Amino acid sequence: MKRSELVSRILITVAVIGAVGAPLFFWSQSSLMHARVAESGGWNPNIIRADVGAPLHLRLTSDDVVHGFAVGQMNMDGVDVLPGKVTDLTLTFDKPGTYTFYCTRWCGLNHWRMRGTIEVGGSNTDAEPAPAPLYVSLGLDIDAPHEAPAIPSQMPSAFRGESLIRGLAISQFINSDFYRVHSPYETFENLDQYPLGESQRWDVVAYIWQSNTTLESLANGKKLYAQNCAACHGENGAGNGVFADDLLPSPNSGGGGDEVRSMIQTPANFTDPKRILGASPALLQGKILRGGMGTGMPMWGSIFTEGQIWDLIAFIYSFQFEYQN
Amino acid sequence: MNRIELTRNLFIKSALKNRHPQLAVFIVMLAGYVFAILAGLIGTPVGSHNFSIVFVWIAWWAILILVAVPFFGRGWCAVCPIPLPGEWLQRGAVLHPLDKKPKWLNLRWPRALRNIWLQNIAFLLLALFSSVLLTTPTITAIVLAAMLFTAIGLSMVFERRAFCRYLCPVGGFIGLYSQTAPLELRIKDKQTCVTCDGKPCYNGASTSLSANSGYGCPWDVFPGGLTRNTYCGLCMECLRTCPHDNIAVNLRPFSADLAKPSARLDEAFKAFIMLGSAMIYAGVLLGPWGALKDAAFYVGTSAWIIYAAVFLGIIFIILPGLFSLALFLAHRPSLKACLGRSRGVGRGTGLRTFAMFSASLIPLGLMFWVAFSLSFVLTNAAYILVSLSDPLGLGWNLFGTADVAWRPIFTSLLAPAQTLALVGGLIWSARMAQKAADESKISAIPVMAYCFAATVVMLWLLL
Repeated sequence: MKRSELVSRILITVAVIGAVGAPLFFWSQSSLMHARVAESGGWNPNIIRADVGAPLHLRLTSDDVVHGFAVGQMNMDGVDVLPGKVTDLTLTFDKPGTYTFYCTRWCGLNHWRMRGTIEVGGSNTDAEPAPAPLYVSLGLDIDAPHEAPAIPSQMPSAFRGESLIRGLAISQFINSDFYRVHSPYETFENLDQYPLGESQRWDVVAYIWQSNTTLESLANGKKLYAQNCAACHGENGAGNGVFADDLLPSPNSGGGGDEVRSMIQTPANFTDPKRILGASPALLQGKILRGGMGTGMPMWGSIFTEGQIWDLIAFIYSFQFEYQN
Repeated sequence: MNRIELTRNLFIKSALKNRHPQLAVFIVMLAGYVFAILAGLIGTPVGSHNFSIVFVWIAWWAILILVAVPFFGRGWCAVCPIPLPGEWLQRGAVLHPLDKKPKWLNLRWPRALRNIWLQNIAFLLLALFSSVLLTTPTITAIVLAAMLFTAIGLSMVFERRAFCRYLCPVGGFIGLYSQTAPLELRIKDKQTCVTCDGKPCYNGASTSLSANSGYGCPWDVFPGGLTRNTYCGLCMECLRTCPHDNIAVNLRPFSADLAKPSARLDEAFKAFIMLGSAMIYAGVLLGPWGALKDAAFYVGTSAWIIYAAVFLGIIFIILPGLFSLALFLAHRPSLKACLGRSRGVGRGTGLRTFAMFSASLIPLGLMFWVAFSLSFVLTNAAYILVSLSDPLGLGWNLFGTADVAWRPIFTSLLAPAQTLALVGGLIWSARMAQKAADESKISAIPVMAYCFAATVVMLWLLL
């Protein structure tokens, strides 16, 4: 064989092996965490291990649409995970335990199923027992009907309520111990000792509800609602979010559609006074913490902190009451 | 006609004759091709960030349809990596021929298949799945690998480049449109070829027999008979083997080959396939119709089956049918007008006329593709820079361009450029139709009206 032929063959071999081998090597060294819509597998990997105090470096990429990444119970803003791009993220955990990470972008109908866990181990691996949530300690059946037997004829106004309470001793209503365990309707009933008409009592309820929250709480609740709840419950709380229609299988879809339809409920309508005025904050906390158990309402207990849930609840009531500002 | 022989320039001639520059290009192309397959398989499934999609369907396509085919004809075929591994195995060498050839089957390609119908079918198969193919890296990788291995397999069984000549899905239209290119490889003197002993340009000349060693035409073409670019792959073997220095690479006027068009039905239908596909692609990929996009994408669904049926119906029935109608109308007035003439309409009827006149659609089809390709190439060109730096979507930034934001380029030029291309194609085709009509002594107006109507539809789809 001529020398030039031999050199050519070597060059071709090196080029082809290089074109395959070098990228394969670097590809095998890269540890990307892939996000796909839940129907295509969700997060991969969906279980990550980390150590307390040690930085956890994550390199996130999306294989389809825009996703977001955040870890529950950490009060963190989500980072975007873009298709074909890599987002670098470093997390540090100061407590051991099992954390839930989740998608923060409305990526598809099953967006809320895009979750995974980070198991954080450390020297102190005994997880602190979590205190029982209020709805558990109260023994509330959060799946029982809780409709308010009576509803106001017009939207109750905290502004009008404030003008009505002068001279009335209602301070027992303005503390979280009372507020969290009573529904607006129960409070309305409790106010019958005062010389007020029905609609005035509802206005005072609105004032009491406003007094049990803060502007910051409402703003935070509004932000959390927009990010996490509006997709199904709708921006205006009417239960008509962009995914709401799709949660019901179409009548023509076949495959046991009726059976599935009977199992799935439409998202709760927060503008329905009977539903919300009959629910206490503790009851709503239970629904948010535990989720709807097969209804399509996810479990948020592992995502939101307790404070975030109270903020959300305060905001949900704002669909029923006219607050100042 | 005026021609400028480029091979008179000694630098150009030696660069084309010498195997090493070509080999250097081959090595880069082959490495790129293999890398594209790998990227499709292991890179991000997001098409716009995967080398296989971006470099094959945006960068390569842009170069092919906007530069290579219009100006260099089969220039792409001259550097295409797909047939190389098979050809090297077939020859047992990558450079000069060996005295002792490897013992592969070396069969002749079956006579019944010596046409481009298989290429037409191969193109249509890809075209029907194009929405998936153009957006899914793994599918692109599988198709690229399948073409590579098919070419290798065919080289083991058949002589020469059977894959390129008879099966390559893109080779068919490159050949068809290469007739419009201002570049050609031709012989200088016919008599020299007639008297040439052994015809080494076709049969090859090994080192021991001739100083001009080289392989017989890989494209199974006898250069002495070349009148059209269609099947000349510009591989330059004949330039190397010709003992009489009788091969020239010429610059020539555009569409010189169409003066005497082919009367082959396989090529005629290729013209309709390409014309129709450009229009359908413009509708599916650039149009505002979501349901149409879905139908094209969800392969196997009933909507896709309807889409496929309509696609094939437009290409095989509607476009040729209307063209036949145009030809029929073109003949009618001429029947009367030509009664007194000695050369009547008889020689211009039937399938032969159909095939010959369809050649006038070649410039129009090419310009349809240019206009269509401008749209998505200018829209998606930014992805080329991104993919260059991060070809697998692994977060690399090799050349610092990984974070270039997507943004269409030259948007203000797009509509004028497309209009210019389409109107230019229409005028070009109308001139071809006029020449063909003059020769056949029929009216050119119905064919011109056909071209005009197709151009109006394409303008509507694109603008």
